[in-house]
Amino acid sequence: MHSFSIAEQAPLFRFVLGLADDAVVLSHRLSEWCSNAPYLEEDIALSNVALDYIGRARMYYQYAAELEGKGRTEDDIAYLRNEREFTNLLIHELPKGDFAFTMVRQFLLDAFYILYLEKLLDSSDETVAAIAAKSIKETRYHLKRSEPWIRQLSEGTVESRDRLIRALDELKDFVGELFEMSEWEVELVADGIAVDRASLQADWDDYVQKFLAISDIEFGKSKLQIRGGRNGIHTEHLGHMLCEMQYLQRSYPAMQW
Amino acid sequence: MTTVNKKTEVIPTSHPVFAQRRSFRAASKYQELWQVLDQVCDPELPGLTLWDLGVLQDVQMQGEQINVVITLTYSGCPAVDAMTEDIISALTAAGYSEVKVDIALAPAWTTEMISPAGKAHLKTLNIAPPAHNDEVDCPVCGSHDTEVLSQFGSTACKAMYRCGNCLEIFDYFKNL
Repeated sequence: MHSFSIAEQAPLFRFVLGLADDAVVLSHRLSEWCSNAPYLEEDIALSNVALDYIGRARMYYQYAAELEGKGRTEDDIAYLRNEREFTNLLIHELPKGDFAFTMVRQFLLDAFYILYLEKLLDSSDETVAAIAAKSIKETRYHLKRSEPWIRQLSEGTVESRDRLIRALDELKDFVGELFEMSEWEVELVADGIAVDRASLQADWDDYVQKFLAISDIEFGKSKLQIRGGRNGIHTEHLGHMLCEMQYLQRSYPAMQW
Repeated sequence: MTTVNKKTEVIPTSHPVFAQRRSFRAASKYQELWQVLDQVCDPELPGLTLWDLGVLQDVQMQGEQINVVITLTYSGCPAVDAMTEDIISALTAAGYSEVKVDIALAPAWTTEMISPAGKAHLKTLNIAPPAHNDEVDCPVCGSHDTEVLSQFGSTACKAMYRCGNCLEIFDYFKNL
């Protein structure tokens, strides 16, 4: 068994890997709705959003594998790493929860990725910029769906509003990490490759607060911010998720469809 | 009296993005290869060629080897493996044995890469082609009176609509 120590990897690899892990973990959480959503159209929609994120993850993993140049494939990286080797931000790995939780998380992330990918389009790394160009169009579409859902949940029934508020309350401790810079991202920002996440926070706060204010919902800032994903420190949930996501490759190594 | 809003295009126009693809193809040295690839259709849109869909971007020959470049509609499109296999088998059947298919990330696919013939073909499949500002006309009766039922349809590239005039439920090929 090879051991790949993430800390020894080049900044660009770590950067791309982080984006890949964000995408694959979220796609798995979304895919958990397949055959479980409230009704058929939502089932199809969530599965399609999951598919967009799988596509995004594949593009990043393929690039990461190429950058690493050690013969690992996209599948090796996705399916044969342990929890501590995953570097996704924690918000992506939280369990899907109820439908309100999934849609609130999606709304917060869609709003974030619109801002983030817009900047990533200008990356001096051509592949990263090309992936951003494909992804941003999909994210714009996702936001077109998550916005009305936030309105519907907050202005729907007492129950749906309660659930939305509960979801926001749970998620507010995890959004800060979206705007934190790893050391390697700081390095890459100087080269024009990565995006300065911290610079997006004011716009994101503004957009989210204004949108929620339409339905008279407050989204306060939480002083407690849970972090650690980029360094492989996760919530208890990721390990369980990987058990399921990686089951086939772990049980039947190198199996193909 | 029922009024049916049949929109007819007086002068058929091509979008500049498609016009660019068309002239790129016209300038290619490998016309016979493009023609072979005109047999390859999208696996989920019967009769719509990869060229008309805008997926097929380039084909070249280097020595014995044929290099085909395609671009994906949506990044997670699961049809990519089937498309790659279909390209390889069409070229193999035409006598070219060494075929390599590359998937290009850039330029990112847009619905404007779809040819006018491709858009017309979508209508024959009862799929509304991508429309400006998502003002969707019913592919069956042509009515403007349509509403979205679901922002996602049977595949990643489509949304589900209903016509208020003929009540038909149809797929709309989303603008991207």
